[in-house]
Amino acid sequence: MPRVAFTPHLRRHLAVEDVTVEGRTVRAVLEAVFVEQPRLRSYVLEDSGALRQHMVIFVDGEQVADRASLADPVGDGSTLHVLQALSGG
Amino acid sequence: MSPRFLLATRKGLFTLSRDGGGWSVTGPEFLGVPCCVTDVDPRSGAITVGLSHGHFGPKLHRSDDGGRSYREVTTPAFAPEDGANVASIWALASDPRHPDGLWCGTVPGALFHSVDGGEEWRLVRSLWDDPTRERWFGGGTDLPALHTIEVDPRDPARILLGISCAGVWETEDGGESWRSIGRGQYAEYMPDDLREDPVVQDPHRIRRCAAAPDVLWMQHHNGVFRSTNGGHDWTECPSVDPSTFGFAIAADPHDPAVAWTIPGLDDSVRVACEGALCVSRTEDGGATWTALREGLPQEHAYDMAFRHALDISSDGRTLCFGTTSGNVYISEDRGERWETIGTSFAPVYSVEFCPPRPDPEEGPP
Repeated sequence: MPRVAFTPHLRRHLAVEDVTVEGRTVRAVLEAVFVEQPRLRSYVLEDSGALRQHMVIFVDGEQVADRASLADPVGDGSTLHVLQALSGG
Repeated sequence: MSPRFLLATRKGLFTLSRDGGGWSVTGPEFLGVPCCVTDVDPRSGAITVGLSHGHFGPKLHRSDDGGRSYREVTTPAFAPEDGANVASIWALASDPRHPDGLWCGTVPGALFHSVDGGEEWRLVRSLWDDPTRERWFGGGTDLPALHTIEVDPRDPARILLGISCAGVWETEDGGESWRSIGRGQYAEYMPDDLREDPVVQDPHRIRRCAAAPDVLWMQHHNGVFRSTNGGHDWTECPSVDPSTFGFAIAADPHDPAVAWTIPGLDDSVRVACEGALCVSRTEDGGATWTALREGLPQEHAYDMAFRHALDISSDGRTLCFGTTSGNVYISEDRGERWETIGTSFAPVYSVEFCPPRPDPEEGPP
């Protein structure tokens, strides 16, 4: 199952843990995470469901290209990193 | 209970308290996080704070113990099918019709309502779906900013909103329906045939006189205005010394003839006039104004005060404001003299007086 690691900066605000969840796309993986950690959603995504402007997600070291629908594929052994983008300071 | 002000800054939330020896500063809560705006419920003392994380977006926190501790509550949000995002929280106000009632104003100019202290929010669609919205635009923000929510103390179903740039809006039925009001405003930044269009106006901030609720004061993009009929008609105050430009404005809670502004040079050069910071006060309904300078820097001062960064105590004697330069000042004599509280705060976004809570023996007022 894919593993999701979050920027440590989130732990100042939420009790967020790195997790392993099911999912074949970035969207599906994140939605699985948010089931267990619902407050985390608004820290990562806009109301529309798109990735926040100053957040970035890497899948196996590659930056996610589709920031709106988050349809980038995720493999069974993939690692997702959900990080702050330095464009936000 | 001694006077207190909440000071929301770019790097956290502080509390200014008056004790026997003077003013003390405690905090910050939310160190390093921009705090935009606050609301203190006069009935319960509950404090609601809007934050604006640079990466994580707007967030809302609430304290039920007078600010000793905070917990995150739900941030107002659109549904995905609305096609919009809450970019930031720009106004908070208690709704007296519910024990934990709250109103929240936002960029992009949406109003939200909660009956449970922010656990759940409802988009006020009657305002969001107004057909004039396609003509609204941002003033200093990419999208319209709903910055003022003034609940009528006589009737909590009657509420006045200020939106940059969409003018002044009123409801008389608790938000079920809204209408654009505000004759007398004018927009120098618009073509002549749109100059008086009410939905393109840029009221920077609007404050109500608590004892005379039909009297309102407005710091508009191109001047200071006063209304004596609940915001329907506005009269310009052209004689503000030294300038009619600014963002913040305060209304005396008891005397409808008295108000204060913090002037800036003009809309193209947004700094204190001639390098000297002052507060301008009227005591005759806006006909004449006096620049008050004692205790404020009179050279090398380039401060502005953002629209939410000035407030007044409920007894009308103590004012507090904070500036873009991180300076914070308090006057305990209606602006005659100012005491410097600090000069190294982060830029100040909001100042709010904490009203004393009613005596528990007597019950709510």
